Parts: sequence; C-alpha cells; structure tokens
Amino acid sequence: MTSINRTVLERRIVFLVLAIAVALPLVFPLGLKTQVTPLTEKAYDLVESTPAGSVVLLSFDYDPSTVTELQPMAQAVIEHAWKKGHRIIATAMWPQGSQMADMAFADVQGKFDNSKVYGLDYVNLGYKVGGMVTMQAMGRSMEAVYPKDMSGLDYKDIPMLTGIKSLQNVKYVFSFSAGDPGLTHWIMVAKDKYDIPVAGGTTAVSAPGFLPFVNDQMQLHGLLGGLKAAAEYEFLLGYEGAASLNMNPQSVAHVLILILIAIGNVKAWRKRKSVQQEASKNA
Amino acid sequence: MKRNIPLILAFISGMLVIISEFIPHYPFGLIEETLTGWFMIVSSFAILLGQISLISANINRVVEKSQNWQYYLAGLISFAVMVTVGLLWGMENTPGILGQGASIAAKLGSKPFDYIFEYAYMPLASTMFALLAFYIASAAYRAFIIRNFESNLLMITAVIVILGRTSFATALTSWIPKSLTLLHLPELTDFIMQYPNTAAQRAIMISAALGVIGSSLRIILGIERSYLGGGK
Amino acid sequence: MPEFMAVLGIWLGAFFTLSIFSFLYKDNPFYKLAEQIFVGLSAGYWLIYSIFNVLVPNLITKLFFDFGNNIILLVPLALGIMMLFRIIPSTQWVSRYPIAIVVGTSAAIAMLRTMQTNLLTQVTATMVNPFQFSSPVAIVGTILVILGTICGIYFFYFSKKQEGIYAVPSKIGIWFLMISFGASFGYTVMARISLLIGRLDFLLRDWLHIIK
Repeated sequence: MTSINRTVLERRIVFLVLAIAVALPLVFPLGLKTQVTPLTEKAYDLVESTPAGSVVLLSFDYDPSTVTELQPMAQAVIEHAWKKGHRIIATAMWPQGSQMADMAFADVQGKFDNSKVYGLDYVNLGYKVGGMVTMQAMGRSMEAVYPKDMSGLDYKDIPMLTGIKSLQNVKYVFSFSAGDPGLTHWIMVAKDKYDIPVAGGTTAVSAPGFLPFVNDQMQLHGLLGGLKAAAEYEFLLGYEGAASLNMNPQSVAHVLILILIAIGNVKAWRKRKSVQQEASKNA
Repeated sequence: MKRNIPLILAFISGMLVIISEFIPHYPFGLIEETLTGWFMIVSSFAILLGQISLISANINRVVEKSQNWQYYLAGLISFAVMVTVGLLWGMENTPGILGQGASIAAKLGSKPFDYIFEYAYMPLASTMFALLAFYIASAAYRAFIIRNFESNLLMITAVIVILGRTSFATALTSWIPKSLTLLHLPELTDFIMQYPNTAAQRAIMISAALGVIGSSLRIILGIERSYLGGGK
Repeated sequence: MPEFMAVLGIWLGAFFTLSIFSFLYKDNPFYKLAEQIFVGLSAGYWLIYSIFNVLVPNLITKLFFDFGNNIILLVPLALGIMMLFRIIPSTQWVSRYPIAIVVGTSAAIAMLRTMQTNLLTQVTATMVNPFQFSSPVAIVGTILVILGTICGIYFFYFSKKQEGIYAVPSKIGIWFLMISFGASFGYTVMARISLLIGRLDFLLRDWLHIIK
C-alpha cells in the first residue's frame, strides 16, 4: 500500500470511528450529569435577579449552522425569563436569527401551555442590517430602527413596548452569538455606552475570546460557552433538555479525540526514533 | 472629483460621529441619528449589490457553459425559488405580495419560504459546518504532535480543557482531596480559562484594538483609500 | 397533507445531509449539487430578509404612506441606488460616494467603541491589586493575568530585535499565548463535535426514528 493510500485510509477510519463514537451515546445515553461553572451561574443570576415585569432584550445573532449549541441556550434563557415574568423583545443581527427566535419561542410556549401572549409577553422585531451602528441607533430610538415588528404591527401599537423608547429602557441584553455582528458589539454599545447589563451565549469556538470581558467592570455578566454551558443552564432550571442529552456523545467524542492525539503522538515518536536509528546506522 | 469628494464625505461623516460622541446635543445628536439611520438603508443596498454580482457571475458561468455549469444552474434555480416564494407569500408572520398565503401554508404545514428554510436550508447549513468535526478529529490525530516546550504547553492545556469540559471530568478527579480543589479537572479548567487564557486573549485584544483605532483613523483622515477601489 | 409534506421535508433534509457528508469520502456530484443549492438558497434568504425586514419598513413604507415627514429618506434611497452603479464598470465611481459615507461612519463608531471596550476598559480590568483577595488561587491568578497581559503585548508590539534580558518578556508572552491556543483548541473541538451531534441526532431521531 502506498503511503498516500495509507493516509487516506487512516483518515477514513478516523471519520468512521468518530461517527460511531457520537452515534452510540445518542442512541444509548449514559446518563451523565454535568457540573455547573461560575460563568453560567453568573449569567443565570442576572436573569434571576431582574424583577418581574421588566422588559428585556434577547438578540438572536446566529444561523442554523450553530443551532445545536445556541438553540438550547436560547430556549433555556427564554424559559427562565418567562418564569421570572420578564417580557422579551427578540431582535436579530443575522437574518436567520429571527426565524431561530420564532422556533425557540414556539418550543418554550409548549411548556407554558401556549399561555404567553404575543405583544404582551414577547415580540419579535426581526432582523436589521448594520450590526454595531444599528445597535448604537437603538440607543437613541428603538422605534426609528424598528418602525414595525415582523408581522407588520406598528411599534407604538405593541402593548409591551409602551415605555421602551430606546435601548436604555431594557433591563438586560442577552445575545446568542455565533460571530460578528453579535455579542462583542452588544458589549461595546449596550454595556459600555449605555450601561445596560449584558450577558451572552456563544459557540464554544469563540468562548475563550470573550473571557477578558468577564471582569470587575462587569462588561459581561456571565458567559455561556458552547453546549456544555447550555446543559448547565438546563440543570440550573431543573430539567434535562437537548443540551443535557447531547453532553453524552459530546463527552465520549472528547475522550476519543484525546485517544487520537495519543496515538498520533506515539506514531510520531516511533517515526522520529526510527529516523534517528537510521541516521546513526548510516553514520 | 471621483476620488476626492468620497474622501471628504468619509472625513465629514466620521468626524460628525466622533463629535456627537462628545457633544451629544443638538444638532450633532440629530445628525448622528440621521447618519446611522441612513447607514442601515445603504447597507441593505450593499447586500442587494452582493446578491446581484453573485447571481450575474453564476449566470455567466451557465451561459458560457463553463466547467460544472449544471450545478450553478441548480444554484440559480434555488435562488429564484427562494426569492419568488418569499416575495409572493412572505415569511414567518410577514405577509408577501399575495398576503399570508394561508391556503398554501395549510397544505405545506408552513409558508413555502419557511418550509424550504426548515427542510433544505437548515440541513445544508448545519451539515456544512458539521463536516469540520471530522477534520478536527483528523487534525488531532495527524498534526497535534509534541515537538518542543511551547507545543508541550499547548498540548497539556488542550488535554486538560478537552477532558475538563466533559461530564466525566468530575468523576475522574473526585479522588483528589478537597484541600487540593484546584487540581480537580473542572476547577483546573476554570482556572486556566479565567487567568492564563484571559491574560493572553486580553493581550491579543488590546493589540488588535490599537490596530483597529489606527486603521479607522487612517480611513477617516483619507490616508487609507483602498476601499474606494481602483481607477481614477 | 401537512403530515405528508413534513415527512417529505425530513427525507429532503436527510438527502441534503447525506449529500454533504458524502464529501468525506471524496468530492462528488451530490456534494456539488448540495453546495450550489445552499449558496442559492442562502443568497435568496438574505435578499428576502433585507427587503422585508429593512427596506420595506424603514424606507418604502415610510416614503409611501408618510412622504411629507420622511422626505429626507430620499437621500439614503439615492445613495443606495448609487451603490448599485458598481455593477457597471464605467459607472463604478458613482458607488464610491455611498461607500465613503458607510465606511466613514462605521470606522468612526468602530474606533470609539473599540477604544473604550477593547482598550481602556481592558487596561483598567488588568490593573487589579492581587493582594486584595484572600484566596491564594485568586492572588496567583491575578498576578498571572497582569504578567501575561503585559508580556503578551510586549511580544506583539516591540518589534525591535529582542536579545538577552529583552527577550525574556517575549518568551513569557509566548508561553501564555500557547496556553491560550491550547484552550482555544479544546473549545474548538467542543464546538465542532456539537455540530456533528446535531446532524446525527437529526438523522437518527427525525429520519430513521432510532432514537425515540
């Protein structure tokens, strides 16, 4: 077998083993429990400590490619906010986000016997282009940016928005963010310009870059990073949702990746050793 | 005129925004509000422009029957279908030219635009990114090799974090006495993320911020002109 | 009928999922087809949302139903149309005017917000007295943050040849960066696996009904 064929074959074996490692725990869950981290607790506390009746803003800044990580977070935060009696404004800085918001609201409505009323308990203002510039404009006037909601209702005719003249009237911003525009810009505008508490949920890949914002200046009020944090939030709310179940294959796959790293290193070490032996023989 | 007026416009709009930051009162506040409102509308046209150039490039490929033109034709058809159903019946609660399309939605279970989004766009978008899982597994096997002290540091941290962010982490180090909590995998991962990782990410952030400030100033002052494109 | 359409939709979703996954074996017509359909649908999606969520409510409706109070909106409309002149090579220069306004505005806002959030506040957040904490972990951690941040910036910014004692902060900066890259790799693994879980869950639950 040529070395190229061997490499291709090895790669295909790795692919197959990974698919099996993820599929098996999905079919046969291991019942693993997850430990809550302080970052998730902090985000939870922000929602928990906000008084009932507050109008809050959840921004859906992602698309279907990251739905496995961010949708369970969005659902958990919506559920928590509704349990606390918050009224939710949904916005989207990504066009697909407004559809993600509708899906999340529809799923969580089931847990509340469809009792949450559109326009009173939540509203979907939809997508706006412009990222940070648009957020800054929201700080002056929400109605100027969102003259109508997704269904064509005038801003001033939506009952829960009476009294919400600008971004400065919402009690917190929670952004579910898969990149730019997203959480970074909400921190820049909502927190650092208008001093509104901001929390966020991000994909795991971007989570390490947000940690400098978790500081004494409270630029970020907690951070949900990836599927594990979503599972932690579900745990804090006292239920096992999609994220908790998906932590089973997630954990198994992590172990597989570590095994692959170990095998790869042993192989590289043996190769180095044989090259050295060869060199010493020739010398 | 073709180059200098745009440079002056960039300077004026940039300066107005900067002045309104420090003097948010009339008239600067109002000017900034107007400018940011315009920004949104003009940016929408920029998206429109992007779509038009993508579609015209694909039409050219099909007309010229260049390599793989059949696939580009499929792309054009799916674009046309998405735009047509969107314009006719809208999406979610938004009505289209023909209203909400209740009768067709009753047959499909949702509006045609939403149907395509749920059953075609969503699987395509999420699977495209799911492919990366296989490539990262392959990279872990083939390229994540210890070579020197620095790569050792990288490897050790990665191993701790990969293991520390599983549901096994607590059980794996539960035998370590409570007085050494920091050595428990979840706590050790939290420590790495909260301190050394934060330090490095902050260094990157501050360094990049200086770059952003510099390049923004260059744009406003007209030193950086590449965004105007070539030609006179 | 809606039930049938839902089942058909799931089969369609499964077809597209498998078509993309087939790329793992090798490039093939199914993948190419799925890829171009994705590009087409994506472009159509963006266009429809830009029209219905921005242009209609923020421009067209205002001009149509309340022209007198919104006459100023003719300016962004004109700028937007000027933007489209970029398509024709001989009139490309017209699009420079709206681009200049967009770029000037966003550069100024980006500069102001970045300066405050990513520079000034980050410097403030770093300059913490480590000895205000009672826990040894927090004291050591805070010292590490100060040391790592300063050495990291030193590594990035002092491009003069670093030798002897001057090379030490750079070396320490690199160590911190390596730790951070390791952590980022760990989190990237986590993210990518999550995405795969989502797709396999769809195939095994919604399509094959193996998971109940």
